[in-house]
Amino acid sequence: MNTTAIGHNTHLAERAYRIRRNALRMGEVQGQGYIGQALDIADVLAVSYFHAMTYRPAEPEWEGRDRFLLSNGHYAIALYAALIEAGIIPEEELETYGSDDSRLPMSGMASYTPGMEMSGGSLGLGLSIAVGRALGLKRTGSTSKVYTLFSDGELDEGSVWEAIMSAAHWKLDNLIGIIDVNNQQADGPSTQVMAFEPIVDKLEAFGWFVQRVDGNDLDAVVAAFDAAKNHTEPKPRMIVCDTKMGKGVPFLEDREKNHFIRVDAHEWQLALDALDAGRNA
Amino acid sequence: MSSTAQSNTDKPRLKTSAMIASIAAEGQRTKSAPFGNALVELAKDRPEVVGMTADLAKYTDLHIFAKAYPERFYQMGMAEQLLMGAAAGMAHEGAMPFVTTYAVFASRRAYDFIHQTIAEENLNVKFACALPGLTSGYGPSHQATEDLALIRAIPNMTVIDPCDALEIEQAVPAMAAHFGPVYMRLLRGNVPLVLDEYDYKFEIGKAKVLRGGNDVLVISSGLMTMRALEVANQLAGDKVDVAVLHVPTIKPLDTATILREASKTGRLVVVAENHTVIGGLGEAVAGALMRAGVTPPFRQIGLPDQFLDAGALPTLHDRYGISTNAIAATIKGWLG
Repeated sequence: MNTTAIGHNTHLAERAYRIRRNALRMGEVQGQGYIGQALDIADVLAVSYFHAMTYRPAEPEWEGRDRFLLSNGHYAIALYAALIEAGIIPEEELETYGSDDSRLPMSGMASYTPGMEMSGGSLGLGLSIAVGRALGLKRTGSTSKVYTLFSDGELDEGSVWEAIMSAAHWKLDNLIGIIDVNNQQADGPSTQVMAFEPIVDKLEAFGWFVQRVDGNDLDAVVAAFDAAKNHTEPKPRMIVCDTKMGKGVPFLEDREKNHFIRVDAHEWQLALDALDAGRNA
Repeated sequence: MSSTAQSNTDKPRLKTSAMIASIAAEGQRTKSAPFGNALVELAKDRPEVVGMTADLAKYTDLHIFAKAYPERFYQMGMAEQLLMGAAAGMAHEGAMPFVTTYAVFASRRAYDFIHQTIAEENLNVKFACALPGLTSGYGPSHQATEDLALIRAIPNMTVIDPCDALEIEQAVPAMAAHFGPVYMRLLRGNVPLVLDEYDYKFEIGKAKVLRGGNDVLVISSGLMTMRALEVANQLAGDKVDVAVLHVPTIKPLDTATILREASKTGRLVVVAENHTVIGGLGEAVAGALMRAGVTPPFRQIGLPDQFLDAGALPTLHDRYGISTNAIAATIKGWLG
């Protein structure tokens, strides 16, 4: 298991690096973007798209694919970066990020982008949709899984808890939730805006199979995704990922923590250089 | 029986502000649960049809479907946001969900979910929402006086307001035949049967003249069409000739038929709706007329822009001017 994971992870580390690079390049196009989040979630996306999920890059609507719902639509820059790396979106389209008539709007919308399974933006929608998708897949006898990424801040939304309760009620073992705990939301640290801990205990009490990992430790993330897939209890699965905003670009990791990390015009190239330096280290 | 019980049966029945009350007048012909039965019929040939509700199956006639197709029925608990999001997910996976709750909860509590998860992607979800307008004596919590204004403002939505049991039966397969989200105002339980006396067939997007008349044109939807037909009969006795144009599809509006009828000279045009006068059929018709430069004398009958009282439905319909007698008196007043 470990050997396999390490073998995978050299390859996954390169994928995560390229996802971060794609995101930084998109950020540079617009001079802004939720780059702190994109950098923190890149490892989880690398594991999702290059270890855990089944899909066909040339056929993003293929019925047999695993679904990936991005509930936190402002993470679109991160998902586009992964979809580009996965070959679902051509790399050159990165230059259009956030521009008029682009398929890559700043907030993720299903009707715009191949591989984008839901329209986010309004937070707290994803897990409810995921419940319906998981029920719908069971209805048709599909073995596809529904992955849903959402943020710690979304735990403030009551509807998320409606979905958490419902997924356990319906024994949705084909639903794998991923919470990005970077402890930042619009008005400050998530734990201070609305205390959500102890989140693992809460979710377990609600009837979920729960794991908590360092979301920037590829070995740990791989192991958690494997365990979520292979678990046999008829329960929905949640992977709580503690992540670091700005991960992979040291000067952004150290920047004053903020939901929207400010990057000055000249700093995008510095960030790319810092990322490359980390890769070669 | 105790003497107390005996004396209770002798008393006239108390008026009630109960949540659920039949809108059928005494002695009116009715049909039981037209929506639930029509959905069962539809589901025979459409395996993709599923029923979903938020703890209101019994009160939206969906329990009939649940009994016929238990494996296609999804009880989502008292959680309307989840209900709408899950319906979106279901539709994404090829199902055609018929979603039921009360109109207040769909249009108010779950609005963003309908807007973002369903309408924005033009998903094939059907809504059947009970207690439309003023059909509950329970007070504003259950009186959906602004649901049409809210829902018709959402792009991609089709909005229908059927009049009676016959129309609901016909609307269910029509909703299924139309791809995209459709919101239907639902009359449930023992629903009056009226339109079988007219040569009537429901079609999405079509307004139909049920009765001609030279003095007044009443344009109406939902149960107000039933009232309008009664008003026309009543006023005929006073030599007032009332035409009734039934507009069950609030969106898309049958502008062509409305303009054609409203252009006939010499008639007072009255829009009657079981809804606040803000943002419903009345203002939709007014806008269509103004944009086309058709300007007959125009009046609105509808619910006032206020939170309505709790009370017995007949009391409230009189109080707010949407009972048959109240409408007839108002129209006579306008005619002078």
